[in-house]
Amino acid sequence: MYRVHNEVMSTRHILLGLLAGGPSHGYDLKRRHDERFPQARPLAYGQVYTTLQRLVRDGLAEVDGTDTDGGPERTKYRTTADGKHELADWVRQISAPAPHVVNEIFAKVVVAILAGGDPAAYLLDQRAAHMARMRELTAVKTAPGSDLSTVLSADYALNHLDADLRWMTTTADRLTTLTAEVDTA
Amino acid sequence: MTTTNGEPSGGDTAPPLLTARRLAKTYGRTPALRGASVALRAGEILAVTGASGSGKSTLLHCLAGIVRPDAGTVECAGERLDTLPERRLSELRRTEFGVVFQFGQLIPELTVLDNVALPLLLAGTARGAAHERAGEWLERFGVLGQQLLRPGELSGGQAQRVSLARALVTGPKVVFADEPTGALDSLAGEQVMGALTHTARESGTAVLLITHDAQVAAYADRELRLSDGALAADGAETSAEVTS
Repeated sequence: MYRVHNEVMSTRHILLGLLAGGPSHGYDLKRRHDERFPQARPLAYGQVYTTLQRLVRDGLAEVDGTDTDGGPERTKYRTTADGKHELADWVRQISAPAPHVVNEIFAKVVVAILAGGDPAAYLLDQRAAHMARMRELTAVKTAPGSDLSTVLSADYALNHLDADLRWMTTTADRLTTLTAEVDTA
Repeated sequence: MTTTNGEPSGGDTAPPLLTARRLAKTYGRTPALRGASVALRAGEILAVTGASGSGKSTLLHCLAGIVRPDAGTVECAGERLDTLPERRLSELRRTEFGVVFQFGQLIPELTVLDNVALPLLLAGTARGAAHERAGEWLERFGVLGQQLLRPGELSGGQAQRVSLARALVTGPKVVFADEPTGALDSLAGEQVMGALTHTARESGTAVLLITHDAQVAAYADRELRLSDGALAADGAETSAEVTS
């Protein structure tokens, strides 16, 4: 039986994963995270250090010493046996399928109908915004020298935007029926 | 709505290379086009999207001079295509236009090299020079190793890259691509689209791309949506721009 994982993104597990290759300090972990996940929001230093302290508190990581390297003193961390166990559990957990239960676009279409607005015009504008973002992502992934992490990350976003677009096309085709249904409810 | 139709990249204000105004075409009793207008600028990559039966392919056929519209005008670099004598039209198609279809439509009896050299041979280029140039284009699309094979021995992705080489070998001003990735899996499709758009941008060739796939349309500079043979509401701005 699979266990289903509901967190959107777990910084602590990603940091544990980055520590799996050997001891590292906060600055280096932040840099490697941002390189490895180029389309993700860059990690803030504060978030890295807070997360590392919590990992230590929970016994999943521990201090491995300090590293001065000619510059300011940096605390190095390493993962513990419990940390390795926790990480192995996490990578096996299934992410909840269809997590997007809150569909803002659908909510706006319904509210537009209720308020006597123009849901068709809204859907066209939303479609244009989706296409513009898809063009940006396509340019990112086809730029010379794009690494595979960038390509796969852009592909993920493109496929989700494409699914939204197909849903919007179907919804636009069914607006007359939906309007009748919403108005008589 | 500039995000959908916007201005062609670079904010180019030069007159369009290819312009169609209020095109209408009916097959039997079925209207395929009902007043569609479009403008394509030099070097621009334009995606025409819409559901099956929305008139996308008919629009391409009218713009490429393959089919004459029942009403409306098509103009390419100052020449009226819709009234042009067949002989001149055929010459224009050979020298200024390149076409790529969903299923390559390579000639099965000819080798890959001969397929790509054919448009040059038809235009009177000597055989040696035609083969040399065809080989350069095959190399550019990564299929030079297949030059002596027949189209039936190629994978779908290879066949489409050969078709791209054939479409571009004469140095056309416009390439018309009708669902060029429609028969390919997503990775092969990606390679074909990457090769097409990269080469078109490098050589300044305009591309009119017909597709029902938003991920393919995202390779273009802008999108025009057709619905029931006319521009969808989000195409109104381009239509107004062309017809004003």
